Amino acid sequence: MARAVTNRRKAIVTVAAWLVGIAIFFPILWILILSFKSEGDAIKTPIEVLTSNWTLESYHTVQERSDYFRHFLNSVILSVGSTVIGLIIAVPAAWAMAFVPGKRTKDVLMWMLSTKMLPPVGVLVPIYLIFRDLGLLDSRVGLVIVLTLINLPIIIWMLYTYFREIPGEILEAARMDGASLKNEILYVLTPMAVPGIASTMLLNIILAWNEAFWTLNLTAAKAAPLTAFIASYSSPEGLFYAKLSAASTMAIAPILIMGWFSQKQLVRGLTFGAVK
Amino acid sequence: MPYSYRALLGACAVGALATSAMAETITVATVNNGDMIRMQGMMEDFTAQHPDIEVEWVTLEENVLRQRVTQDVATGGGQFDVMTIGNYEVPIWGERGWLLALDDLPEGYDADDLIPSIREALSVDGTLYALPFYGESAFVMYRKDLAEAAGVSIPEEPTWAQIKEAAAAMTDKDAGVYGICLRGKPGWGENMAFISAMANSYGARWFDMDWKPQFDSEEWQAAFKDYLEMMTNYGPPGASSNGFNENLSLFQQGKCGMWIDATVAAGFVTDPEESTVADKVGYAVFPNKEGVDNHGNWLWSWNLGIPQSSDSPDAAKAFVAWATSKEYTQLVAEKQGWRAAPPGTRTSLYKNSTYIEEAPFATLTKQTMDAATPEKPSVQDVPYVGAQFVSIPEFQGIGTAVGQQFSAALAGQVDADTALNNAQQLTQREMMKAGYIK
Repeated sequence: MARAVTNRRKAIVTVAAWLVGIAIFFPILWILILSFKSEGDAIKTPIEVLTSNWTLESYHTVQERSDYFRHFLNSVILSVGSTVIGLIIAVPAAWAMAFVPGKRTKDVLMWMLSTKMLPPVGVLVPIYLIFRDLGLLDSRVGLVIVLTLINLPIIIWMLYTYFREIPGEILEAARMDGASLKNEILYVLTPMAVPGIASTMLLNIILAWNEAFWTLNLTAAKAAPLTAFIASYSSPEGLFYAKLSAASTMAIAPILIMGWFSQKQLVRGLTFGAVK
Repeated sequence: MPYSYRALLGACAVGALATSAMAETITVATVNNGDMIRMQGMMEDFTAQHPDIEVEWVTLEENVLRQRVTQDVATGGGQFDVMTIGNYEVPIWGERGWLLALDDLPEGYDADDLIPSIREALSVDGTLYALPFYGESAFVMYRKDLAEAAGVSIPEEPTWAQIKEAAAAMTDKDAGVYGICLRGKPGWGENMAFISAMANSYGARWFDMDWKPQFDSEEWQAAFKDYLEMMTNYGPPGASSNGFNENLSLFQQGKCGMWIDATVAAGFVTDPEESTVADKVGYAVFPNKEGVDNHGNWLWSWNLGIPQSSDSPDAAKAFVAWATSKEYTQLVAEKQGWRAAPPGTRTSLYKNSTYIEEAPFATLTKQTMDAATPEKPSVQDVPYVGAQFVSIPEFQGIGTAVGQQFSAALAGQVDADTALNNAQQLTQREMMKAGYIK
């Protein structure tokens, strides 16, 4: 009897999980389907869409009209660059907060998080003016700085949480053995926190890749990443659903593939913590 | 041998320097629509004429573009050399000195050929501040087959009563056919463009001569209630989220008896590759209320302007003049046929018999554009210029907020009186804040 209940429960949970999964994934699946349709077919009813001819026409047009690889390269530089610089700043910061907390550490952490509570548009004009005066508009350097700064609080918070789970005694032992601060962080702390650092890194690459406010507002032609590439296919006057879908598929494909391969790492880092 | 290598390297270096010094790059910000994309495909011609100018494109969705270029021009950011802007922005920006005056156009440009209402809309004190790439007004597109089957005829200049009657007759909800499709999606350039034009045709106005909002007037009440009645009884479901694209899609699939919207839509609905009703579309002038001599006054154009902050004003001018020239129209016609020529900017296009023949909507487009009078959008006196919008900087915010009220009424969240009352209150508050009402 107990077994029957468990099985039924299992089945319900499985079905529910599949339903939620499909509901979340469905828009992406629909984008993928529309990207292989002609513009005329893409606006038809769902059943007609599914039964109509499949074509690569939209991909050809998108490839012809826009320089996908330049946008892709910019996306890679921006997301990887900002994440690496963010980690270089955040690892020592999180070490200090986790192992040598001061009286105000909690307040500092809270203050850092509070910078994420302001809507970005609130600081758009000042940042735009500063960028104009420094000649950083439409430059990758400028965008890497902005993306680093907006993701830094998240990186520090995540690392702080992982570091706190590492027993301080291990670091003390290293110190007893004469390790310098640099060696302690580089050779003792970092290897133990690799799953945490890896998942932080992956999450931040995804966040920076998808960032569409600053990357649209501070770029024109040279530094524009894939978010600008997608935005160029949206239109209030004229139907471009198939092309927009093809552009979206091309833009999300790299990050989707990366996420697919690293999902174990990502989930483990997010759920298990550093040394458990 | 080493010498020849060095010489070669030196020559390459000098060559590279010379090339980079000669080539001037201009950045063009533009919207994503058929005519603009077509222009990007015609660039070979421009490059052949101006080998020293390189063009970089920034194509964005309309609302994003508007925000980006406004931000850039207002702060003097200098990211763009040519901007695609509407006739709402041009006079405001021109007056503020944000745009370069275009009074020294190349010989043979023939600015006198520009359609007078458009030219007027892009000028401040007689000086042009942007050149039109394509223009539009609004009219009725209807299904001739459905009208015939329903036993109604739509005259060339219909009244709203006739439109309502035709919508009722053509509606067959069981077959998924709705008598009338109109914009409902909130936004100053979305539902408010249509509703403002409809209000104009009812004799309503946005403001009286003291800038007092007029939503409490009888004319607004009548226009808005008729709009709601038609859409509730004969419109498609979920119309409060329908904009131009959604209605275009419905019309192309044969689900609308009538669609009243921008004239540029005619090019899409008659495109046999995308539209299932391409050969069944009839056209009529934007309706008016019986006894009111006003057909909506819708006038819009996408224009190319040069911000003061541009580093390469001469190259930008050369580009703008090329893209809006008669020769460009000719080029498009040669390569893609006359139906693809950018409409609504030049009088000469409408004197071209091949164009009139190939584009069945051409004559009516020109007629409605000629009839638009942005300086007098309503039969009543108004203190503003503007057709389906009010040409003041505050309008983007006010128009969108009012649009949200009207869209909520269409969705059935509030009744018509509440929506009009809220619109009146919020507009009054904003106009007082902006200093128009003392």
